[in-house]
Amino acid sequence: MSQTQSVIAPTALKTKLSVDRVSMVFERDGKQTDVLDDIDLEVGDGEFVCLLGPSGCGKTTLLNAMAGFLSPTSGEIRVDGEIVRKPDPRRIFVFQERGVFPWLTVEGNIGFGLSKLPRAEREKRIAHYVKMVGLQGFEKTYPQELSGGMKQRLEVARALAVNPDMLLLDEPFGALDSITRLIMRGELLRIWEAERKTIIFVTHDIDEAVQLADRVVVMSARPATIQQIVNIDVPHPRDISSQRYLQLRDGIFQQIGLAHKL
Amino acid sequence: MNGFSQPGRVERVFWPILATALLLALWCYSVRWSGTRVFPSPVEVERGLAELLRHHVLWGDIVDSLRRVAYGYGAAVAIGVPLGLTLGWYPAANQVVNPVMQILRPISPIAWIPVAIIFFGVGDDAAVFLIFLGSFFPIVVAAINGVSSVPAVYRHAGRNFGLTPPQLLAKVLFPAALPQILVGLRIALGIAWLVVVAAEMIAVDSGLGYLVIDSRNSGKRYDLVVAAILLIGVIGLVLDVLFRRLEKLRSVRWGFRFES
Amino acid sequence: MRDDNAARMNLRLLLRPLAFIAVLLLLWEIGIRRQSSHLLPGPWGTVEGIVDLVRHGLLLKYIVASLFRVTWGFTLAAALAIPLGLAVGWYRRAEMALNPILQILRPISPLAWIPIAILWFGVGDLAAIFLIFVGCFFPLMLTAINAVRSIPAVYVNAGRNFGLGTPSLVYRVLYPAVVPNLIVGLRITLGIAWLVVVAAEMIAVSSGLGFLIVDARNAGNRYDLVVAGMLIIGVIGLLLDLGMQSLEKVKSFRWGYSED
Repeated sequence: MSQTQSVIAPTALKTKLSVDRVSMVFERDGKQTDVLDDIDLEVGDGEFVCLLGPSGCGKTTLLNAMAGFLSPTSGEIRVDGEIVRKPDPRRIFVFQERGVFPWLTVEGNIGFGLSKLPRAEREKRIAHYVKMVGLQGFEKTYPQELSGGMKQRLEVARALAVNPDMLLLDEPFGALDSITRLIMRGELLRIWEAERKTIIFVTHDIDEAVQLADRVVVMSARPATIQQIVNIDVPHPRDISSQRYLQLRDGIFQQIGLAHKL
Repeated sequence: MNGFSQPGRVERVFWPILATALLLALWCYSVRWSGTRVFPSPVEVERGLAELLRHHVLWGDIVDSLRRVAYGYGAAVAIGVPLGLTLGWYPAANQVVNPVMQILRPISPIAWIPVAIIFFGVGDDAAVFLIFLGSFFPIVVAAINGVSSVPAVYRHAGRNFGLTPPQLLAKVLFPAALPQILVGLRIALGIAWLVVVAAEMIAVDSGLGYLVIDSRNSGKRYDLVVAAILLIGVIGLVLDVLFRRLEKLRSVRWGFRFES
Repeated sequence: MRDDNAARMNLRLLLRPLAFIAVLLLLWEIGIRRQSSHLLPGPWGTVEGIVDLVRHGLLLKYIVASLFRVTWGFTLAAALAIPLGLAVGWYRRAEMALNPILQILRPISPLAWIPIAILWFGVGDLAAIFLIFVGCFFPLMLTAINAVRSIPAVYVNAGRNFGLGTPSLVYRVLYPAVVPNLIVGLRITLGIAWLVVVAAEMIAVSSGLGFLIVDARNAGNRYDLVVAGMLIIGVIGLLLDLGMQSLEKVKSFRWGYSED
């Protein structure tokens, strides 16, 4: 595999997350499946990285391992130099909107991770994030009565409210309609620029990856390996018809083996 | 006209009244037609009910039955829900306990009557014990199923926010399982009401069940028998309706699919 | 190596519940030994009771008698209640008309009907079958009504769209759509039938497992036979439930139950 466009992580950033020779083998009914094969990756502090690959390639498994829900069969994952062994509120996993708790109101969901704070402080934070994701007026509403996009914003707000250093997003906009999805991408970038969290974003949508990320990690089908890491050197806000943008996008299309003519 | 057209408001009142009236007429007519001396007509039942009310026995019996249900069912809820949550939370423990529960569960609570009488003698305690047994197993099973069907996403989210196991149980698993637990509690309440009547027919000498059997044994007062039976139905219905109110609470409504 | 591990895991899964049962039996035996009255049997006494019943040829006879009543009562109730419930569920106005009556009759403990059953059918099989019938009829009818009413309108519209007439709509869309719900209802109701037959036999007839329990106690405090009877009631109830559960596993019904 030639790595023509591979770029080392920007040197100015301190390493936040390092994935070191991680492999993962699942065993089901006595049959072994290799899911991840020798993954190496470094992510800098405040960086926005997309893991891109076909459905079922193991990128969600990698994200789960970063969050501490799964432990790798071999190799190790470190955050701030510390080996990841279990989930931690410093890195919050955002599921598709399925993760919001249906038995809590919008306020209750956002305040879920804040029970240790004094009441006044908690309410201030809830109000802040309600405003940030544009859910004013829905504080007392139950998720059942919200639209898909609102639920997704709610889950992001719940994650941000505990002030994590890292967000792990698993195809967060996959279940939304295409217009809402575009709006949500803009919102996420706005939030990222305001709060500068490290973001790992799993997606199978090439356009989405190129629009959002500082770097796109292209993964192969199972067992997943890193095929290529593409540095998206287009400043935000990105002009998605610019020459450079299209060049990078087409490069990834070709890398994955898709001609871009139908 | 099939089930998908919307009948008007007048019809909502008209049809039930018509059906009830027809049924009463049919009952009245067949009593007269068969010339029975024993089985009462609706009018006689109504008179029987009035008689029961006048002699103030009825309230005492109703209170006795409800008290037994409250104690037995209350104890079953207090023990069954935490136990079910725990067993659902630790599948290994559930595997150990499950076979025993599966054998004890289908034993009719009524079949425990002789044993209950040895333990508690003839009286309230025996009846309360039977109600406890009848409602305990459905509650435990509902709580186990409720917890074990909580989507993994919720558990992961809870752990991600740094919750300790007891917090996870209280703040994620319990609320997530609550709709299913409520369904189990409602079914168990129905069973409790069924068992109390049966227990009172055999093991004690007060309550609505006793009223039914006593009215028959002491002088074939079938008007009182039917009056008591209908009353059992009405009270059971009231209990059920009250319980359904709980299911409308906003924090659990998400779990009931056919709620509008 | 791995096969070996798997086998060891399976063994452990089997051993733990068995060990738990053994501990319970031991506690039971110790509890009985320490008691002064010697009324209740220990596990060993219970086994001897069962052997005693088998030797006198009573066990099989009583099991057959109980199952006979359950089969008739349950089958009759299903044969009447399901078609009726499906029809009533389909016609909105019929459902509105009958709903209040059903809601009042349903929570009446089937045992409360005992005086009426004896009045109409005398002491014997018919009375017991009637009680089981009453106990099963109302839950089954409500299940059938709800099953029809919860068919998504999309299915019916899709069926119509493909040009199905009413008979083929019923056969090809409605029937398969309600079957999963009906089977759940049948399973719950069979449990109720088993509960009712035991109670009915304790009061209204002189054979069957329920009678065994009452008779063993009244005729000479043979509590070993009482507990033996209870155990057998539990085991048969479990077998009935497992039988109904295996119906839920039939492929073409499977879609109605959750995937995992």
